[in-house]
Amino acid sequence: MSDTLHIQHGVASHGHSGEPHVHHHKETFISKYIFSMDHKMIAKQFLVTGIIWAIIGGLFSVLFRLQLGFPDQSFPILETFFGRWAEGGKIKPEFYYALTTMHGTVLIFFVLTAGLSGTFANLLIPLQVGARDMASPFMNMLSYWMFFAASIVMLSSLFTQTGPAAGGWTVYPPLSALGLASQGSKSGMDLWIIAMTLFVASQLLGGLNYISTILNMRTKGMSMTRLPLTIWALLFTAILGVLSFPVLLSGLVLLMFDRHLGTSFYLSDIFVAGQALPNEGGSAILYQHLFWFLGHPEVYIIIMPTMGLASEILAINSRKPIFGYMAMIASLMAICVLAFLVWAHHMFVTGMNPFLGSVFVLLTLLIAIPSAIKVFNWITTIWRGNIRFTPGMLFAIGFVSIFISGGLTGIFLGNSTIDIHLHDTMFVIAHFHIVMGVSAFFGMFAGIYHWFPKMFGRYMNNTLGYIHFWVTIVCAYLIFWPMHYQGFAGMPRRYLDKSSWVSFGQFHSLDAMITVVTIIVFAVQLMFVFNYFYSMYKGRRVRTQNPWEATTLEWTTPIHPGHGNWDGEIPEVHRWAYDYGKDGRDFIPQTEPVGENESSH
Amino acid sequence: MQNFLIFAILILGFIITFQIARASEFVSVIRGEEKTRKQTNKINAALLLVFLIVGLFGVYWAHHTLGDKILKLGSSASDHGILVDRMLKYTIITTGLVFFGTQILLFWYSFKYQESDKRTVYYFPHNNKLELLWTVVPAIVLTILIGFGIVYWYRITGAAPENAMQIEVTGSQFKWEFRYPGKDGVFGKKYYKNIDEAHDNPLGQIWEDAANHDDVYVSGQMHLVVGKPVKLIIGAKDVIHSVGLPHFRLKMDAVPGTPTTLWFTPIKTTKDMIKETGNSKFVYELACDQMCGAGHTGMRGEIIVETQEEFDQWMASQKPKYAQMKEAAAPAAPAAGAAASTDSTAAPAAKDSVKAATVDTAAAVKKDSAGKK
Repeated sequence: MSDTLHIQHGVASHGHSGEPHVHHHKETFISKYIFSMDHKMIAKQFLVTGIIWAIIGGLFSVLFRLQLGFPDQSFPILETFFGRWAEGGKIKPEFYYALTTMHGTVLIFFVLTAGLSGTFANLLIPLQVGARDMASPFMNMLSYWMFFAASIVMLSSLFTQTGPAAGGWTVYPPLSALGLASQGSKSGMDLWIIAMTLFVASQLLGGLNYISTILNMRTKGMSMTRLPLTIWALLFTAILGVLSFPVLLSGLVLLMFDRHLGTSFYLSDIFVAGQALPNEGGSAILYQHLFWFLGHPEVYIIIMPTMGLASEILAINSRKPIFGYMAMIASLMAICVLAFLVWAHHMFVTGMNPFLGSVFVLLTLLIAIPSAIKVFNWITTIWRGNIRFTPGMLFAIGFVSIFISGGLTGIFLGNSTIDIHLHDTMFVIAHFHIVMGVSAFFGMFAGIYHWFPKMFGRYMNNTLGYIHFWVTIVCAYLIFWPMHYQGFAGMPRRYLDKSSWVSFGQFHSLDAMITVVTIIVFAVQLMFVFNYFYSMYKGRRVRTQNPWEATTLEWTTPIHPGHGNWDGEIPEVHRWAYDYGKDGRDFIPQTEPVGENESSH
Repeated sequence: MQNFLIFAILILGFIITFQIARASEFVSVIRGEEKTRKQTNKINAALLLVFLIVGLFGVYWAHHTLGDKILKLGSSASDHGILVDRMLKYTIITTGLVFFGTQILLFWYSFKYQESDKRTVYYFPHNNKLELLWTVVPAIVLTILIGFGIVYWYRITGAAPENAMQIEVTGSQFKWEFRYPGKDGVFGKKYYKNIDEAHDNPLGQIWEDAANHDDVYVSGQMHLVVGKPVKLIIGAKDVIHSVGLPHFRLKMDAVPGTPTTLWFTPIKTTKDMIKETGNSKFVYELACDQMCGAGHTGMRGEIIVETQEEFDQWMASQKPKYAQMKEAAAPAAPAAGAAASTDSTAAPAAKDSVKAATVDTAAAVKKDSAGKK
């Protein structure tokens, strides 16, 4: 294996020219599929694990939507499966909160962080920068297995006697620190913290690898400004992750101390379940600062890779260069920097200093500017193009539409005056599900449909892809658009039954409609999963090296690239990644030298 | 049985969809992939246009039907709420324009520039003027929104007026408790280790502090005076809660160990709101907005906004907690004595423990006053 990885910088692999690396060493089942150090296999491992988690996390949302949509009805089948958690077929509050908490944790961290970045950073970085593998394939493998371990611990917390963590995905103390205050804060919470610790380790191992690969292992001629936007997006994502995940870890370590060692970092003046606790002098708000210092960059960790994927797919299928390449990079950079400076906008109503609040309003709304630039540039990219609606392209267009819808509601919440009213209401649920849930999923689906041929040498079924897209976009809007109105009415999030309230009882039929749509859209996602696994083995074969007629390097590798990616030398790069429709030519690959009469831009 | 049936129908529907999808793939191979691709391209382009039109109609329809079900903008029941509503209106108009503009362009261009053999694409990698335009225009629009937002924010979070009525709000799993300072206008000191629900001290008031003797305690329901500013001093006993006041458009977290404040002026009485909404059961509600445990959904408080006379009348009917505690303690002593005569072994032990507890409390009070001052 080592000789395939004898690559240093750019041209170092020339010595191996012409060697058929793939046949050099024998791979066992274990080294090829389990403890693989091939970035492409690790990408698939992340993706499959992510898909499994997405099914679990999605199923949780279906379950708690049943309660929200039909609070009076009982579903005996729930008791069959969940026993005492759903006695008489009705979801118990403890179970409800466990479901919502795990839904959030699983989808945000395990699917849209690990499943998304893990898949596309691993797959695309070496292929698009022209490297044989990651800077450290071994660390890369460890990154996946740390994630796997985190998954096992998190999964096991579902089966504890007192249930998994149930204090919301943000696990604010004192609720999460005190077993006396909530069942979910007992052993489930410990497992949650352990799982997240492993998860952070996985993110750091992966992130450092992504950064060093992008910075050091680009092929000859691949200057930073010739990189596809996917790589830029993944670079900034990795930087955000490396800088912010350790802060979450520190917050969680202190939480663990408060839980078990009698410290008072977050606890003060607490009288719970009939007894006064000895802790004095801590600050519950401290945790929120530590949490959101990760928590806010986290939403960009989720959305930035999909911005990159969408940019790439929009340009390829419009047969037109991405508009404003440098502005796209600059706006990614601006988002990356601002992401660290806005965390306290999640805390406007915690009693923070009003002056400090106003600073965070300013910085928060600043992020709207780079986001707006990106949206306008995407729209200009498709303007006067020649658009091919592959399933990937449709999802990329859907991504832009949904990102606009969700981004605009951020202007409501980022403005502290409005946030006083809308904070912690269903408006917030609608906002972040659209902007980082649905739109990130759309970007991810776009990426999966688009790069599936590179992953498996086969296509996914197109018809199922189109059905998947159309049902999903219609349902996504049906579910989340009306929720904004529930938020305008001040309806708090995390309420499982509004029947005792005078102010929030007017949305009964709306909630039922949303639940029905949720079930439909979940079924269609299962169809996508089926399509994925079916096409892996039975999909239409890819017969040309470059099925989408794209310019980037991954399409210069063989249809089934081995470990090491290129059979011969790594190709040299002579131009940027977006020469589509230039000088009357449909596309010019990055590997083609610049002609003498070629116009410059 | 019913479940099974639904399940069977789902599976069947799925198999049919899958078979059609598979067949269409075979057909496309037979007919020529390029030809099929062009045809589906047209269909999808048309669908995008249909989606835009239906979607825009849907947005209008949702606003039309759901708009009636929300608290109407401009109907806020507090002075600060009027500012919030106004800010909300400006933001809805601004973002609405951007929303319609960008969505229409996105889907219209997608439809218009669908693949066609006749078109040559326009090589358009960048244009500094355009990019500058859509950096500067959003920046200006946002500056205006931020400007209004921050001015309103300072007005809402600024210091409460001198004449504001003060009420202490305490959240705990899963109820709201309120304390009025009484005639002296001063809240007595409290310490969380003094909390003793069984002995009429749910807030942990320190009875040695005379300012506590006239403090009025109420649970579940808070009375406010219309047109009179009120300052809430908010705390929590166990975990973080949040005082959510949807009709007043306000909210403030209740954090154990870190008191917060919130002030506003209610401008409509409960009776006004009953008339305005046409709902005879209308009541202002206080909703916990921060996930606080299994009973979060039921953590409900009520607020009565009334005239000064009505309020004074209500306040006169309230008895301070201190007096209640004294009354409860007085008949307790003879009762203990009676118990002692009938059961001579248990009673002295009970008396001892009471004594010990009192000493404990006194020590705690001493420690508290030493530690905090």
